Amino acid sequence: MDALATYQAVKERFGAKVLEINEKALDPFMVVDPSAIVEICRFLRDHPETAMNCLTNEIGVDYKDRIEVVYELYSYPKRYGVTLKVKLPRDNPVVETVETVWKSANWMEREIFDLIGVTFQGHSDLRRILMPEDWPGHPQRKDFVEPMEYHGISTVRDSPIIRMEADRK
Amino acid sequence: MQQLADSLIAQGMFGANPPRDLIYALFIFVFSLIVFLGIAFPFAGIVSWVERRVWARMQSRCGPNRVGPNGFLQWLADGLKHICKEDLIPADSDPALFKFAPYLVILAFTLPWAVMPFSSQLILADLNVGILYMTSVTALTVVGVLMAGWASNDKWSLIGGIRSAAQIVSYEIPAGLSIFPAVLMAGTLSMQGIIKAQGWAPWTWFAFSNPFTFIAANVLYISALAEGNRTPFDLPEAESELVAGFATEYSGMRYLFFFAAEWGNLFIIGAIITTLFLGGWQFPLISNNAVVMNVLQLITFNIKVLFLVFVSMWVRGTLPRVRIDQLMSLCWKYLVPISFVDLVGTAAWIAIWPSGNSVAPWIMLALFLAIVVTFLRRVLHYFRRSKMELYLSPTI
Amino acid sequence: MSIRTEEMTLNMGPQHPSTHGVLRFVIKADGEVMREAIPDVGYLHRSIEKIAEKVGYHGFMPYTDRVDYVSAMFTNQGWAMACERLGGIVVPRRGEYCRVIAAEFNRIASHLLSVGTMGMDIGAMTPFTHAIREREMINDLIEELCGARLTFNYMRIGGVGWDLPPGWREKALAYLDHFDPIWEEYNALISYNKIYVERLANVGVISTQDAIDYNLVGPNLRGSGFKWDIRKDIPYSVYPEFDFDVPVGTGEFGTLGDAMDRYMVRIREMRESSKILRQALNRIPDGPVLAKVPRNFKPKAGECQVRVESSRGDMGWYAVSDGSAYPWRVHVRTGSFAAMGMINKLSRGLMIADLVTLIASLDVIAPEIDR
Repeated sequence: MDALATYQAVKERFGAKVLEINEKALDPFMVVDPSAIVEICRFLRDHPETAMNCLTNEIGVDYKDRIEVVYELYSYPKRYGVTLKVKLPRDNPVVETVETVWKSANWMEREIFDLIGVTFQGHSDLRRILMPEDWPGHPQRKDFVEPMEYHGISTVRDSPIIRMEADRK
Repeated sequence: MQQLADSLIAQGMFGANPPRDLIYALFIFVFSLIVFLGIAFPFAGIVSWVERRVWARMQSRCGPNRVGPNGFLQWLADGLKHICKEDLIPADSDPALFKFAPYLVILAFTLPWAVMPFSSQLILADLNVGILYMTSVTALTVVGVLMAGWASNDKWSLIGGIRSAAQIVSYEIPAGLSIFPAVLMAGTLSMQGIIKAQGWAPWTWFAFSNPFTFIAANVLYISALAEGNRTPFDLPEAESELVAGFATEYSGMRYLFFFAAEWGNLFIIGAIITTLFLGGWQFPLISNNAVVMNVLQLITFNIKVLFLVFVSMWVRGTLPRVRIDQLMSLCWKYLVPISFVDLVGTAAWIAIWPSGNSVAPWIMLALFLAIVVTFLRRVLHYFRRSKMELYLSPTI
Repeated sequence: MSIRTEEMTLNMGPQHPSTHGVLRFVIKADGEVMREAIPDVGYLHRSIEKIAEKVGYHGFMPYTDRVDYVSAMFTNQGWAMACERLGGIVVPRRGEYCRVIAAEFNRIASHLLSVGTMGMDIGAMTPFTHAIREREMINDLIEELCGARLTFNYMRIGGVGWDLPPGWREKALAYLDHFDPIWEEYNALISYNKIYVERLANVGVISTQDAIDYNLVGPNLRGSGFKWDIRKDIPYSVYPEFDFDVPVGTGEFGTLGDAMDRYMVRIREMRESSKILRQALNRIPDGPVLAKVPRNFKPKAGECQVRVESSRGDMGWYAVSDGSAYPWRVHVRTGSFAAMGMINKLSRGLMIADLVTLIASLDVIAPEIDR
């Protein structure tokens, strides 16, 4: 089985839950309904023909009008991978966690929560991972504006050239 | 000491009818000053430099080579630096204990020098319980280290202190038991007495007199390394685990005291083993002049001790550190039973051959030489295989 | 009689010799035995993925070095391959060979650092300096190649920056002749040392199932006995042309998947890299090293995934292009990030000293976790 055949199989099984299958992209992907993501992931993992036993990558992308979460799955026994996507509204992105399917989702989802701001329902330990706990906003969002200071520490500095010239005067 | 003073008095150096007690006291005072200020502390410093150089050569580095010829004065520079540094005392620590702990450690390092048998006459006090005194005062270190760990009010220091206590107290047992085979052979606890029971030649040393003492010498060296917090047993100050262990919160001179004691203790470790098993200062009688003989004996003793110091540096440059449970199992499962067997075995040996077996020393010595030769052959094997010219060529 | 004991909370790092300012663990310990170690990362977070959105495709190349500064060639290669995939660029064969040579040298250097620090974390300083000595020579070689010793910036989109300098091939081969016996010397010095084996065997055992579930990659996955190497199994570049083995953990000193297995996989991988290097250096074809890529590189809108076998394992690059000169989104999935996510689980019941061993055996590099 390859990626496209898998998408067809999933579409047959889940019907309307599969919103779109993109076959022309460099890495063909399938957009699924956010409510069905855990179900589909579990199906892909447990089905003997797919056996997607590894979640290699989980990425959040901010597209200004929507937020996508990309799941890259890989099957070590069958030696091929598939890509799933969910599209979420930008103002309140919520999707169920796949941590219950693959343990590796734990930290990747924490990272997406931290940098993109997607809330994963049912996640066991949804805390910020890279940024400080009290950091305002989510840095990987396109409209993120870096605060001028953090706890009284300035986050901007003059260009060293300007500073050097100022010192000279 | 008394003999030396007596012989000088007999030569008429102090007049016809000198106050003997005062002269003895003066001798002991002057000699202890020389020993403590002139030997013990500089030795600790110089050993720190030697260790860094030896270690550096083993690791393809240069080591300190800037201060003085070949960096020889590095230890003085380091000492000065540490004296000039601020003596930080953490706010939440117990200041009295925190300040006192390093002195206790340095005390445990200076006291053994009182019974250090440098030569047949150069010894501050030839106590009749010399070796017992030596083991008991060196064990004082554990109090200082535990005190330092507790008073620092730092969890890493605490773990370091507790580890040290567990380690030193445990290893006292095999160390103590391994001392007794030599004591049994000599029939005395006095340092000089033990040395005098041995001769200058290797086959008259206690280490080679029978298989049990041979093993006892090795067990004693391993236990002594553990008591001196040396690699592979340097868990109390394990850098990669406990930052600096019990010394984490220390700075300046107090920090230096801990390490001066550690380096100085190398000499004491070497001296104990040399005295008990390697014939101490024994040198063939080639002159009747007391001064000449004493100098030769002093040199012999120091060469033996410094070789053992070098071996411990070598071990430090080679071996990784053991884990605390492995440390304990090594002590209680292996070294303690072995040292008991050694003790009983030596006793049995003495019962069977009261005046010593004439063949056993030669077999033991041959065995030892065979080990050395095998080792050197392995070293040569790897030495030939490595391509030295590639290290010497700067382009690659 | 019962003694009242209480759990001790230890703060390991960021100022700790073995986390050196970039990691932090909160350890809950019962004496020497840990109940758990909670990793706290982010001390080296520089938002490299965000920087990519501001500096463009060519301009991002030097920043990729900083993703994993110990094996920067692979991050270079990952980004270059992602851009080539987006833009449909074909790299000249000599360029691919140059990439493989540089990358495999970098793999040896990175593994040397890893096994060296392994010794240091266990308390043996000598293996570290011996490893660094060999690594310095590789750094010298790479410096001749691209002018940098750590953050190489050697690869370009469409090939590599510079061809091999004259005489470099011979020097590289001479180094390999030197390295193979040194490798054995290294094994004799530390790998089979009794204390070393005792410290590493049966520590931090990861079952194959767990390794896959937690998405461990590279030597960590292979140490658990799963034979998987991107170079063999999802081939890229010119790797299919070379003959090499993929060493896996065998549990020869303890349990399958313990720290010693991961260590031995790294040790043996250096030998395999040396094999690849010999073949590559002997067979390198003539020709250009850099394809023609427009300075104002604007790939079609789209997205792609690329997987590179870095020295810390499968490094997944995900790049989204919107058709402009700046990437819309770049994401790097790294081996250390996954390995770090597993430490909490692995640390339970280990001793404090073993935590250091465990981190070293997983070969965690902080910039790779935080990016």
